[in-house]
Amino acid sequence: MDANLSRRAWNLLAKLALWLSAAATCALLLVVIGYIFLRGAPGLSWELLTTQESILRGTMGILPSILNTLYVVLVSLALVLPLGVGAAVYLTEYAKNRRLAWAVEFAAETLSGIPSILYALVGVILFCNALGLQKTLLAGSLTLVIMTLPTVIRTTQESLRTVPRSYREGALGLGAGKWRAIRTVVLPSSVDGIVTGCILTVGRVVGESAVLMYTAGLSTAMQDFSTIQGILRASGSTLTVALYVYAKERADFAIAFTIATLLLLLTGLIHLAAYLAGRLLRRR
Amino acid sequence: MAEQAILSARDLDFFYGAAQALRHITLDIPAGRVTALIGPSGCGKSTFLRTINRMNDLVPGTRMAGSLTFQGQEIYAPGLDVTALRRRVGMVFQKPNPFPMSIYDNVAYGPRTHGERRRARLDELVETSLRAAAIWEEVRDRLKKSALGLSGGQQQRLCIARALAVEPEVLLMDEATSALDPISTARIEDLIGSLKERYTIVMVTHNMQQALRVSDRTAFFLSGELVEFSPTERLFSMPRDQRTEDYITGRFG
Repeated sequence: MDANLSRRAWNLLAKLALWLSAAATCALLLVVIGYIFLRGAPGLSWELLTTQESILRGTMGILPSILNTLYVVLVSLALVLPLGVGAAVYLTEYAKNRRLAWAVEFAAETLSGIPSILYALVGVILFCNALGLQKTLLAGSLTLVIMTLPTVIRTTQESLRTVPRSYREGALGLGAGKWRAIRTVVLPSSVDGIVTGCILTVGRVVGESAVLMYTAGLSTAMQDFSTIQGILRASGSTLTVALYVYAKERADFAIAFTIATLLLLLTGLIHLAAYLAGRLLRRR
Repeated sequence: MAEQAILSARDLDFFYGAAQALRHITLDIPAGRVTALIGPSGCGKSTFLRTINRMNDLVPGTRMAGSLTFQGQEIYAPGLDVTALRRRVGMVFQKPNPFPMSIYDNVAYGPRTHGERRRARLDELVETSLRAAAIWEEVRDRLKKSALGLSGGQQQRLCIARALAVEPEVLLMDEATSALDPISTARIEDLIGSLKERYTIVMVTHNMQQALRVSDRTAFFLSGELVEFSPTERLFSMPRDQRTEDYITGRFG
């Protein structure tokens, strides 16, 4: 009787503790998100999104930073996707030397846990200085490629490993060469993992600030985006870096919160896209 | 018996690392017949089947010794074009393994792999192969639909059609009905009967009734050795070896 009572009391207590931690987590998130929205959402306007800052005209716009972000995402993806998928295919399907493959995988695993400021350091030394790229969107994107490569390799590898052996055997049994089997049967079957890796990469690129601050520049002014060369050589801040610039260097918190709101919305969209893409591709 | 051998093994040994899976196998598989390979699990019958189209190459650390020829050509000769060999020696696997693409693309996969691009020729190959595999009527209206929507038995007949589409001379079947229900199994057994007019079929089966029903010759493997190789009826009615008799009467297995 007594034991029964104490067991029920413990049960209740445990339940309460769990409920409290869940509630606290939700509350914290809601407060953060709510606060950002409350302070930032009123500043969102069409003008802000489509113009640049101009003292002469007295207007405030963040289009340059939006474009910088877009270009950094595109350039990074265009480089990291073939590199990462290629490396993953090699490691999973071709590498004969299991030890070497293991070493590379271990290195990639370790790299993915390194604080991004270290990548910034490497980027500054390697791309900005040694290769003479200066602080440009290209230097920033290249640094981000190094940073996101492990993620793309890993998600692709995981997805390649789930492709049934019977698919490979079936293709080889029909006289397909190894590369043809991979290209026509294995890779299409692992496209969901590759897409997920891409979207995660986009998320990390959009959210990265430390690396870009040191490798891509801090300018919030419009650059010459008329040619591809212009884009690669442009030096400017992405949204996260602009947020830092406005909040830290100009103490303009209204605009910083507005950018924060925009970033929140973007991140939400990216995650939704990842979820939908995963579901859509798995169903096929 | 003046049957022509299409495949000949002479003192064939096969190793997975240090483990010997086949010991001194010597046999001649006649062209245009159904040859069944039977024996308990791990006896080497599947290994032997997979040496014929060099599917064992996928397993690291394997080694062979002796001779295995296909129409007089050494299968393990260095420099042999494995893709060309696999084109002439098709395979149907234990579990149906259609690719996650349309029924049409599954059947057209082999011909496309070997360079066929002409639409009309592909259409023709797809239809004749599906007809030969006795599944045309069931899928003719849904060729563009995913092959994964078919039942297990249909999938396996699709895989047979896919193997036939490259116009092989030999068809290897690795327990091709063991994952199927009895009705699908019966359909595929009928199919084997009709295919043997045009193809040499070598099938691994753990089902002795099946070997008796569909094969002309039966080889009994035990512990990596070929114990007996005879016309099927003789092997089952008057086995020459005591071990064969023990196995087919169910004394072990």
